[in-house]
Amino acid sequence: MSQYLFFTLSILTIVSALYVVFSRNPMHSVLSLIFCFFTIAGHYVLLNAQFLAIVHIIVYAGAIMVLFLFTVMLLNLNKETEPHKTNWIKIAAVIAAGMLFLVLIASLKSTELGPFHLPYRSTIGFVQNIGIKLFTDYLLPFEVSSILFMSAMIGAVMLAKKEK
Amino acid sequence: MVNVTDQILRDSLLITPGMLIPLFPLIGFLINGLFGKYLSKSITGWIASISVLLSFICTFYIFINLPSTGALHIDLFNWISYSTLNISFGFLIDPLTLVMLLVITGVGFLIHLYSIGYMHGDEGFTRFFTHLNLFIFFMMLLVMGSNYLVMFIGWEGVGLCSYLLIGFWFKNDAYNDAAKKAFIMNRIGDLGFLLGMFFMLFNFGSLDYAVVAQKALLLPVGSSILVSITLLLFVGATGKSAQIPLYTWLPDAMAGPTPVSALIHAATMVTAGIYMIVRSNVIYALAPFTLEIVAIVGVATCLFAAIIGLMQNDIKKVLAYSTVSQLGLMFAALGLGAFSSGMFHLVTHAFFKALLFLGSGSVIHALHGEQDIRNMGGLRKYIKVTYITFFIGAIAISGIPPFAGFFSKDEILAKAFEHSKVIWAILSISSMMTAFYMFRLVYLTFFNDFRGTEETKKHIHESSSLMTIPLIVLAGLSIIGGFIGLPSVFGFTHQFQMYLSSVTDASKELMKENIELNHSMEYILIATAVIAAIASILYARFKYFTKKEQPSEDLALVGFEKAVYNKFYVDEMYDTVIVKPLKVLSDLFLVLVDKLIIDLLVNAVAWVVGLSGRMLRLVQTGNTGFYVFAMVFGIIVLFVIRLLI
Amino acid sequence: MKEVATNYVPQNWYLLLSTFLFCVGIMGVLFRRNAIIIMMCIELMLNSVNLLLVAFSAYSGNSDGQVFVFFIMVVAAAEVAVGLALLVSIYRNVASTDINVLNKLKW
Repeated sequence: MSQYLFFTLSILTIVSALYVVFSRNPMHSVLSLIFCFFTIAGHYVLLNAQFLAIVHIIVYAGAIMVLFLFTVMLLNLNKETEPHKTNWIKIAAVIAAGMLFLVLIASLKSTELGPFHLPYRSTIGFVQNIGIKLFTDYLLPFEVSSILFMSAMIGAVMLAKKEK
Repeated sequence: MVNVTDQILRDSLLITPGMLIPLFPLIGFLINGLFGKYLSKSITGWIASISVLLSFICTFYIFINLPSTGALHIDLFNWISYSTLNISFGFLIDPLTLVMLLVITGVGFLIHLYSIGYMHGDEGFTRFFTHLNLFIFFMMLLVMGSNYLVMFIGWEGVGLCSYLLIGFWFKNDAYNDAAKKAFIMNRIGDLGFLLGMFFMLFNFGSLDYAVVAQKALLLPVGSSILVSITLLLFVGATGKSAQIPLYTWLPDAMAGPTPVSALIHAATMVTAGIYMIVRSNVIYALAPFTLEIVAIVGVATCLFAAIIGLMQNDIKKVLAYSTVSQLGLMFAALGLGAFSSGMFHLVTHAFFKALLFLGSGSVIHALHGEQDIRNMGGLRKYIKVTYITFFIGAIAISGIPPFAGFFSKDEILAKAFEHSKVIWAILSISSMMTAFYMFRLVYLTFFNDFRGTEETKKHIHESSSLMTIPLIVLAGLSIIGGFIGLPSVFGFTHQFQMYLSSVTDASKELMKENIELNHSMEYILIATAVIAAIASILYARFKYFTKKEQPSEDLALVGFEKAVYNKFYVDEMYDTVIVKPLKVLSDLFLVLVDKLIIDLLVNAVAWVVGLSGRMLRLVQTGNTGFYVFAMVFGIIVLFVIRLLI
Repeated sequence: MKEVATNYVPQNWYLLLSTFLFCVGIMGVLFRRNAIIIMMCIELMLNSVNLLLVAFSAYSGNSDGQVFVFFIMVVAAAEVAVGLALLVSIYRNVASTDINVLNKLKW
């Protein structure tokens, strides 16, 4: 059962990801990426990480991708305005990515994975467990990340506002 | 038998003044050096003088309370400590040190006083006293150190001060050159000293005087270790004490102010070599070969410098060569194993040579800087005190009884006679020459008519009492100074020798040749020496007073006289043999090695770096896509490498 | 047994999936000239890593990995905010989001 779900989700993920890259219209790319993120959230649920799945949808689909959408519309890029690269660069890009994939697979082959638990019975992905972890062991990084957010927000506002 | 507890009690009472001795000049130096510019001139001078006077008082206190058999050890702190090597920073005050300290502080104080008058009106007045105090401090370290390393600090320090004070009037290039010459010459000697210390450390594992002497006694007499150590130390001594072949800096050092010449280049610093050898008398006694060398060098220097002194026309140069000659005499005494006699002559020489220098300073002061004796004459009428004291100094150095020089010189001559008739003959001739050129100086300076310009003649004046009082005191010391060492032949006990016996006894036992001269022989020797001295004085009087001869002009000299007048061309010879080849060699290296090889290498490296920079910067196309490609390619390469390895 | 077999998703599959997603992201970065798409591809790569982290975390029974995913999301969000702001201001100046226009920074 899980395997079928995994395959379905994986195929959807890969197809949408490829469409992000190959679509000529930026708007389509954005929509396709949103779909891709939903399928990844599905993977999270499959891995019994429900909380993370929800957060993922809120942050990525809800916040980040909305930001992308706004930008695309703001800059009026929904046409096929992008001048495309020459063919040999495209071929080179595909070959380079393929090579990287091969090399990574090859290096993964040589690694050995340790003993594992079946994820379906674990409770680690529950809010309670992650919350405890986050507010005990990772309290300092958590606080620091809030400062990072703050500075990113101020920076974004400063950069995007019109110069007088 | 000395009560042990009494001794400990006594020592503990003496430690404080012992530590105060070098502290006073140091404080004086610091006050004058740091705050000198806020103080008025006369105050700085008095601070410097009084700090030395306080040291003298402390020294005298210890001198009275410390028996001649005792020695005061003051360990300040452990200086260098590394595995088996332990060198402490400490002082040793024994009779030998006390004799040196009395000379340094006593004569030093008088010269400080004199300087207040002499340097009056000089713009570097404060600087002068600062350096003078520093010199006294280092000189004390030199004589008070309890091991060779502390002595070496002082040794280097006095060299530095000597450099600073010779080049005191640094606006004159020739004076600066003289200072540099002194420093470099000393440096050659110091290298010998340093190597000697390394040898000592290597072979004995210690630099402490007592330990070194103890360990040296375990070695056979004349062993190569001892000979090399003593020879290396002696090289240091030739540099500091201006012996052949490193003597040429001392006459040039007369460029400094006259009190400096008196203090550093006559009474104290140049005697450091003699002090050092007496201090290490045990190892020297164990190396007869070195003693032979010391004797030969001493005798040769004594004669050589005396000959040059005969023909000099600069009042200070004559005294400088006389100093070199007298130092040679002291070294000759040391070489003959007569350590206490050498020290005795050192003390008396400090009195009368300081007196002579200060007297010459007074003459120069009176004539506003004139130093050439051809432009003097007849001064006895104008500057009476200077004349009388200078005359006393001249008699003392010539060896006329009962003045100080007679006793010490006679003692050395007697020792020389015991040892070898040839040495005795040469030393006698040298002392005849000494008597001759000293009285040549006296007659040319103070007798007959004044030969300078009328303008100068009008301004001739006796120096202030600040300058004449030291002269008078030193003259007194030159008269009575010899009585501390009355010879046994007249039925006295030799006080000075007795006093130093705790230091020199060890070596005396080693040098077994005790050919006691019989008394009649000794009387004959004394009579010969005195008659010879008087004869030379009379000859000088006949030549320069009765016949009113004057030294000929520089160009009129021929043959041997010309060679003597030009100091046997030793400076020129050093220049040709050492300096010029060195210059040629360094020019050669400059062109061949420096410019050709090193510059080429450096430039080549720079060129390669520049070229690769020019090539590599083309990689920065500004095209982001290209950068991303490069990055991905880099990642691929990294993974591949990781896979393959 | 069969049910167990189909229920069981081997760890390797997640590895393969996320590696592939990562490579797609790389390819996108190399392929496109539009800066917005490139940023989206970067998001894709970050997500592939996130997926892998969650998978490892789930299989090893340790929630640390999931906490890291949080932090990666934080960084990604901050990055997107700043990056898009930069893009907007660049667009104002050169009226293009083509990265090949931005080639002034060279020797």
